[in-house]
Amino acid sequence: MEIYEIILKNYNYWIFIILMFTGLYGVIAKNNIIKKLIGMNIFQTSIILFYVSLSAKLDGTIPIITETDKHKPDTLIDASNYMNPLPHVLMLTAIVVSVATIGVALALAIKVYRTYETLEEDEIRRKIASGYTGEN
Amino acid sequence: MKTFAKITIIFCLGIFLWQSWDLPDWGDKNSPASGHLSPYFAKNTMKDSHVPNIVSAILADYRGFDTMFETAVVFSAGLACFFLLRRKPPKTKSKYYRHLPTGITVKITGEGKEPSKDSKVFRQIDSLWTPYDLIIRKTTQYIIPFVQIFALYVVAHGHYSPGGGFQGGVILAATIILFAVSRNLVAGLRWVSEKAASVSAAIGVFIYAGAGAMCIVLGKVFLNYEALREVFGTDSVMARYYGIFVVEIGVALAVTTVMIWLYYNLSSSGKHDEGL
Repeated sequence: MEIYEIILKNYNYWIFIILMFTGLYGVIAKNNIIKKLIGMNIFQTSIILFYVSLSAKLDGTIPIITETDKHKPDTLIDASNYMNPLPHVLMLTAIVVSVATIGVALALAIKVYRTYETLEEDEIRRKIASGYTGEN
Repeated sequence: MKTFAKITIIFCLGIFLWQSWDLPDWGDKNSPASGHLSPYFAKNTMKDSHVPNIVSAILADYRGFDTMFETAVVFSAGLACFFLLRRKPPKTKSKYYRHLPTGITVKITGEGKEPSKDSKVFRQIDSLWTPYDLIIRKTTQYIIPFVQIFALYVVAHGHYSPGGGFQGGVILAATIILFAVSRNLVAGLRWVSEKAASVSAAIGVFIYAGAGAMCIVLGKVFLNYEALREVFGTDSVMARYYGIFVVEIGVALAVTTVMIWLYYNLSSSGKHDEGL
């Protein structure tokens, strides 16, 4: 009974943490550069989900002022009716930056492939150790 | 190496899962993240900038600096991709052209004379081209205009509904990338050239930074849109409203064109002759 309560109380965080370490494992342990990038993307997604989940409030609506609240003075607006807008803003920009980082990372992967003709990390290391400087 | 990684991951996973007990409950109204600053935003957006969408107001007004440099980051990502990958397409490679009236495909190798770039009769196609596909061609042709209208709606209606520059820009870029995927890269380049994409990405960032600099010229601090009330001819609250809109347009322009630019460079690995 006790253990179920511990899990069910915060199971959303458990999901994000497991996702995050799946991504981290991919970044550390995988040999292929593209698989590392996929791991990095999973990691970023878990952080985004974590922030959005922190912004949730029970019975709260999306952070857009409703028609009835529009004409009220600011002291009468109850902020606990709206979800926390700040994590939404942060994650909105984080998603765009994650696309940009993935773009640059893929460009670097293409560059590595063009030079070493492989995306496997151990083969690249072997080629560097043997003094291989690439085709072009 | 792998066992070491596994041990480390499992150890850290255990610590994180254990510590998740102390995080606030799901939907907790009094969690630390929902205290301090964020009630201020919910209470004051209508008073300060007359924008009901709190996220838009924070994005472009309260945290305007953050978003400006975010846009600059996106632009520099496009630039980095360009500098890493772009190179001239190889000269010796054979090119394929379709003769439009008859549908015949012509292969030109080595010394053969190529038709001019804006020829109405011959059109360049990919070497891996698939035959003329009516369903894909017509479906994308009918979808793209509606998606573009929706993207413009998302940009323009970001003050009142979920949306704004980033989302609308990405949807707009998706239509052009869809066009380039459904035809070929050359057709995409014919619609939005690389030059147009890169220059308008820079213009998008410039609109944002320029709107901020304009505020300094008119006597307020950077990105305080209140200073623009003379320009828009309104009171200071509506000046913030219009200032947010101008900034969102800059963001949308930059994001759209950077996404297209990234696609061109990544799909053809910088050669821009043929892609996915």
